[in-house]
Amino acid sequence: MVSLTPLLAMLSSLAAVPLIALSGKRPNLREAFTFAAGITKLLLVLSMLPVILAGETVTYTLWEILPGLAIRFRVDAMGILFALVASSLWIVTTIYSIGYMRGLKEHAQTRFFCFFALALSATLGVAFAGNLLTLYLFYEILSLSTYPLVTHHQDKEARDGGRKYLSYLLASSIGFALPALIASYLLAGTLEFTGTGFLGGTASPAVLTFLLLLFVFGFAKSGLMPLHGWLPGAMVAPTPVSALLHAVAVVKVGVFSVLRVFTDVFGLETLKTLFISGIKAATIVAVLASITILLSSLIALFQDNLKRRLAYSTIGQLSYIILGAALLHQTAVAGALSHIVMHAFGKITLFFCAGAIFVATGKKYISQMVGLGRAMPFTFAAFFLGSLSVIGLPPAGGLLSKFYLILGSLRGDEGLFMIVFLVSSLLNAAYFLPITFRAFFPGDKAVDEVSLAGIREAPLWCVVPPVVTGLLSIALFFFPETVFRLASLAVGAGGTP
Amino acid sequence: MIAALWSQSPALAELFPLFGALLAGVWGLYRPRYSSPIAIASLVGSLVFALMVVCRVLAEGSLRYRMGGWPGPIGIEYVVDALNALILPFIPGSALLALWYSRGLIAEEFSAKLPQFHSLYLLLVTGLMGMTVTGDAFNLYVLVEITALASYALLSLGGGRAYLSTLNYLLLGTIGASFYLLGVGYMYIKTGTLFMPDLFARMPDLYGSPTLTAGFILMMVGLWIKMGLFPLHGWLPGAYTDASTPATCLIAPLVTKVTVYVMIRIMYNVFSPHFVFTTTTWSDVVPYIAAVAIVAGASLALIQTDFKRMLTYIVVAEIGYMVGGAWLGNTAGLTGAIFHIVVDMVMTLCLFMVAGIIALRGDGSIESFSGRFKTMPWTLAAFVAVGLSVIGIPPTGGFFSKWYLLSGAIEARNWVFMAALLFSSLVAAILVFRVVEKAFFGSLDEEHGDHGHHDHHSPTESEEAPVGMLIPLWVGVAVIFALGIFSGTLIEKLITHAMPPGLF
Repeated sequence: MVSLTPLLAMLSSLAAVPLIALSGKRPNLREAFTFAAGITKLLLVLSMLPVILAGETVTYTLWEILPGLAIRFRVDAMGILFALVASSLWIVTTIYSIGYMRGLKEHAQTRFFCFFALALSATLGVAFAGNLLTLYLFYEILSLSTYPLVTHHQDKEARDGGRKYLSYLLASSIGFALPALIASYLLAGTLEFTGTGFLGGTASPAVLTFLLLLFVFGFAKSGLMPLHGWLPGAMVAPTPVSALLHAVAVVKVGVFSVLRVFTDVFGLETLKTLFISGIKAATIVAVLASITILLSSLIALFQDNLKRRLAYSTIGQLSYIILGAALLHQTAVAGALSHIVMHAFGKITLFFCAGAIFVATGKKYISQMVGLGRAMPFTFAAFFLGSLSVIGLPPAGGLLSKFYLILGSLRGDEGLFMIVFLVSSLLNAAYFLPITFRAFFPGDKAVDEVSLAGIREAPLWCVVPPVVTGLLSIALFFFPETVFRLASLAVGAGGTP
Repeated sequence: MIAALWSQSPALAELFPLFGALLAGVWGLYRPRYSSPIAIASLVGSLVFALMVVCRVLAEGSLRYRMGGWPGPIGIEYVVDALNALILPFIPGSALLALWYSRGLIAEEFSAKLPQFHSLYLLLVTGLMGMTVTGDAFNLYVLVEITALASYALLSLGGGRAYLSTLNYLLLGTIGASFYLLGVGYMYIKTGTLFMPDLFARMPDLYGSPTLTAGFILMMVGLWIKMGLFPLHGWLPGAYTDASTPATCLIAPLVTKVTVYVMIRIMYNVFSPHFVFTTTTWSDVVPYIAAVAIVAGASLALIQTDFKRMLTYIVVAEIGYMVGGAWLGNTAGLTGAIFHIVVDMVMTLCLFMVAGIIALRGDGSIESFSGRFKTMPWTLAAFVAVGLSVIGIPPTGGFFSKWYLLSGAIEARNWVFMAALLFSSLVAAILVFRVVEKAFFGSLDEEHGDHGHHDHHSPTESEEAPVGMLIPLWVGVAVIFALGIFSGTLIEKLITHAMPPGLF
């Protein structure tokens, strides 16, 4: 089905940028524009949902930019799943941003909201990209439009973080992804996503394996080690940025691109037969992802700065998704796709809480948060819900996606990687649960009542969003049908994964 | 009337700046302040007729125009095909933007020499347009020298160190021109003609001749000196850095790029792909020289502290892009080289405009960008936009020329040239973001608080460039994006028709 809707959904936040910029003197009006854009965007995405659930795709070709290669949107199950997550969480994040940015009296708020809206347009552009060139175009726009957000504080730390951010992301995308993109075009004569892949049989296994690795490392937003260093660095950004962009939009654009490479550039069937000197090419990626999962979980265990711990946790969870794709089994890939959703709701809750704690108390370090739960019960309760989902405990949505990832590893005869998922879940529990536990039950370290005096919950704008997203990640456990319906449609399995 | 203008458009496009030069020079002596409007009017006229030429080529295919009705070998005949039709309008267009941009500067710096300056300015444009349309190898030499003489004069008007660096350019440029002339002489001896289509037709029988090979080498080396291909670039950074802003904004975007066009014209329409890639045994070395030029230009740009000087080394690297692309020996590479000629014209123009604005407000060093995002947001935003094209981020023109150049490198299995292109993109990213960082963060050493509130730049006094400089700059930015967005159309309608037969 041909429709303007994907273009409009992408443009709705871009159109808000000049309005936001012009209403800088009137903050309430300015934020109203952000809300209007966010709600329009979500409604436009939702309006396409019935068509996608019926098994169709929505396409729109903007213009032919190279002979035979157009800037083209194609909304399929995979794309809309990601778009739904990004656009719904943008609205929640906007509520949170207002509380956070005004609560801390941050400077340059107009710039902040402008580039936020721009970044959301780029994210939807990636989600709806109908070919690899379109995806690359919006991928690069996203890298650049988030730079002013990461460096928002304009101090030395922000400069260093921003420098790292751009050098990792631009060097990998220009150095690896761009040549791989051009080589694919020369080999296959097309870059269109069709759901089955176009590179199969166009070159020798050695060349194809090389291209696969170029793509996987080229999309460094996925945080695959050793190209993960930008993400902890990017934590200098204000927390709403870390929450939406570095737990949902930017990093998920990275794994989404990698998933597209697996399902639509190579195709799962091609990869199943792609061997290089006896080793399956996808297994190389799976091993890299496993190493990333285990190492980052271990590193997270030793981070005292809460946001850094969350960042390393994100690196590990992103590689769950890459590992799921690299297992090449439909169930695992569907699990990987649904993990994009589940992890998004869980992790954004955790970041919201970290920011709320900072707004209320100015504390950044976990060791300072002992006993804080009594003063900020809602925040820490939400933190608990979020961590349940990220660890994969019931009753949170994260359990379901992890279940399918593990099931996929068994069905795909890759039992070894099941152990990775299990060990990592234990580590997740080890670095998340003590935070809440010690916040509520300080134990022997009797908390000086005086130190808690005067500490209370952050403003309502900062507390409601994490509670909402925390509850939503519980709701996803009980009502996961749409997510899994889309995920199974995306991998070509009609019914359940 | 329209039909007459239509058929005379190739000549009119060039006659406008020629007569404009005479008028500005002679009448301007009595009424100096008229010389600027005369220059603008003649460039507008030239642009209109150049665009008319493009329309004619699109409608009728390649066309021949006989000056004064004299046929080919005796008179001067213009040969306009898809290749030069593409480049032609960019010459008066770029010169017009540069003149609009520097009107205030010219009135200030050259108030005593207004007619001379405008006359030279238009002569340079005339020379470049002649180089682009002429079909005669000797006439080409004459026009190359007209262009060169005009640019020596304009560059040296910068005063101070400009005298010395222009002298250096003059010496090297003259050597280059002599090499080219010698090469033309060799060809004339063997073939008895100087008319390009005749040369092209007569030469295949003589391809084994060492005289022709020597002629070809001489012409190429001459042109390489003229365009500043590393390691023959020695004159370029000094001459462009030391000159005045109005002169560099005219010369830096155009002269080297039109010389690249001349190289492509000689390679493919005087000689042929067969001669270049089969008869000569060393043609596959040239992309490697180009790769060295790219890496050297990019690396030298990295160590500069002066913004304008840094830009001149970017120009050196970009010359490597185009030479390499033209010599890869496939259509993708040549397409990239040709497309990059026009993209790089506009990019270089915009970059030097930014340099001119920055030099107005400080000493022109990269350090002087400190905190400028706050005080000169429009200039800096334009710089970022052009920077994206220099790096090669879609949807700018620079991305698509790089796309074709990389495609050409991959098709030719020339991994060294490919690696050089990628290296230079990454270096460009560093160059651009180093400046952006300076401008965005200011000098952090003075910081005390957590948040970088740059209140010490008194916000009441805006340092932003005058609107008369910003509009041409932003027009250039718009063209860069338009070139990217319409690259498919441009390549399909014009550049594919410029591909010589026999090239794959």
